[in-house]
Amino acid sequence: MFRGTRPRPTRPLGAGPSRPQADTGPRAAAETTAAQTTQGRLMGAKLLTISDAVAVVENGMTIGIGGWGSRRKPMALVRALARGPATDLTVVTYGGPDVGLLAAAGKIRKLVSGFVSLDSVPLEPHFRAARQRGEIEFAELDEGMLQWGLLAAAHRLPFLPIRAGLGSDVPATFPGLRTVTSPYDDGEELLAMPALPLDVAFVHANRADAAGNAAFLGPDPYFDDLFCLAARHRVLSCERVVETAELTKEAPVQALRINRMMVDAVVGTPNGAHFTSCVPDYDRDEAFQRVYVTAAGGDGSGWAAFHDRYLAGDEAAYQAAVRADGGSAGRAGDRAREKEGAR
Amino acid sequence: MTQLDATAAGATGTAGATGMAGAPGTAPRAARRADVCALACAEAFRDAGEILASAFGTAPALGVRLARRTFAPDLLLSDGEAMLMADPPPLGAVPAGAVVEGWLPFRSVFDVVASGRRHVVMIPSQLDAHGNMNISAVGPHGHPRAQLIGTRGAPGNTVNHRTSYWVPRHGPRVFVERVDVVCGVGYDRAAAAGPAASRFHGLGRVVTDLAVLDFAGPGHRLRLASVHPGVTVDEVVAATGFPLALPDGGPGAVPTTPAPTPAELDLLDAFDPKGLRFREVPA
Repeated sequence: MFRGTRPRPTRPLGAGPSRPQADTGPRAAAETTAAQTTQGRLMGAKLLTISDAVAVVENGMTIGIGGWGSRRKPMALVRALARGPATDLTVVTYGGPDVGLLAAAGKIRKLVSGFVSLDSVPLEPHFRAARQRGEIEFAELDEGMLQWGLLAAAHRLPFLPIRAGLGSDVPATFPGLRTVTSPYDDGEELLAMPALPLDVAFVHANRADAAGNAAFLGPDPYFDDLFCLAARHRVLSCERVVETAELTKEAPVQALRINRMMVDAVVGTPNGAHFTSCVPDYDRDEAFQRVYVTAAGGDGSGWAAFHDRYLAGDEAAYQAAVRADGGSAGRAGDRAREKEGAR
Repeated sequence: MTQLDATAAGATGTAGATGMAGAPGTAPRAARRADVCALACAEAFRDAGEILASAFGTAPALGVRLARRTFAPDLLLSDGEAMLMADPPPLGAVPAGAVVEGWLPFRSVFDVVASGRRHVVMIPSQLDAHGNMNISAVGPHGHPRAQLIGTRGAPGNTVNHRTSYWVPRHGPRVFVERVDVVCGVGYDRAAAAGPAASRFHGLGRVVTDLAVLDFAGPGHRLRLASVHPGVTVDEVVAATGFPLALPDGGPGAVPTTPAPTPAELDLLDAFDPKGLRFREVPA
């Protein structure tokens, strides 16, 4: 756990080879001047590479991950976390393959969640295996309790009362959970869902500007804004980094759920939610997800081959391997690239 | 009794609806077990009013559509993502141009749960006679023999609004004396946890591939309410891992679960043109 000041990346922000995958041409340079005057801050100072953005994570930290199940997960950041050095993590998430990849890499000490699922495949194979080996402590919550814990942290409250969980085994499986009695005439005894403060949050948006204003373009914001509000350090990846004015051209202003005071680092990661869905940019890559599930089963040789093919290198190598597959896995990448090229 | 919406066939008149059973000039087909299950799920929503109807599994998904289209027109249905659909869509992809009547992302669903204006059908991995339900893990929670999907919204659902259950394979591994992890709260646990837990608690029915059960047994214990056509009371009792209460009058007094009418079968075929329900319940 870090104390005092917010964790800082070890390399200079947005400089030299760390320059991220975003517009860096003359137009971007021209925009910088305007941004400096309107926002009093060097636009682009938050733009980081994937590895720099993830380098803030230290052993033992509590990491919140946005999205839901196998939907709009910040998978590029998760993949980087899985191949990085930080371990012994507490992961707070509406769990999907983010949990699976981190579990397969042995990064998770404790999971705080209500479920782990791949949606179209109900059970997450790596999470299952790790739990059945007794490797992961599971602080299991009702889905609404998890939201309440994030909201309490966001509001700097010690807890929020909730009915969910009463009578169930949640109090038996979530250590230290207590009840609170209403001070009003009803006198109801409810669960006191403790705040779930996060050291770092990872979320993935469809679009963001370099300052961290972000839009979701799909039908559900999930709880990404709450993850950001509950965290001390917030890392936002996105399909495309755009100019600020572009954000409201592509989406109603209500889609700008996350603004720049909720974000510390911005990373452009095209196809970065793959193989989870990131509608309308792309659907879940069901074919690839099946490959992932199959590889995770059996004696481990399948997973070793999967790891060698997709996870041994960096994000660019991952995306290249996905494209090289062709089929639906490759097509997902193609769609993302076509949209890039269309701009 | 069943008031069919006159626009029903037209509204779902996608490619899959053509050639369905009961088309003019063909004899109505006989109802299969999966059809009976879907209607039994629909019946859980009779008189439910203007609430969100949520369903896990094929028979419940068809049931809420059938209920919405026939005897429970005030129900609200989602597309499984974040949209409320003005007209129940067929299973699978929502047709292009389908009318959206509302926006209900996950966080709004949680608000609806807490408000109580919802009835959900969930699929238990284990269920006991009091209605305690497990979808978390089999074996000790710290080191499970089988990790399941996780408790999801079951704790909140069961203490906030009506919850029913769908069991596609009625057997003693599902119907157990004691569940390993209590996710959905049964009557005994709700009562023991105090007024805040029991205030809005109330389980609906349990529909299985063999029978319909309710919680009208002694002390709100599970009771056999009806057996599906072709199923005997003895079969259901033998497939249940605890003593199953029977209606007054004993085994002979157990009624048979109603089968869908030809018009209801037509609707089921229109909602499920690929016959997914027959894969879920092959009998």
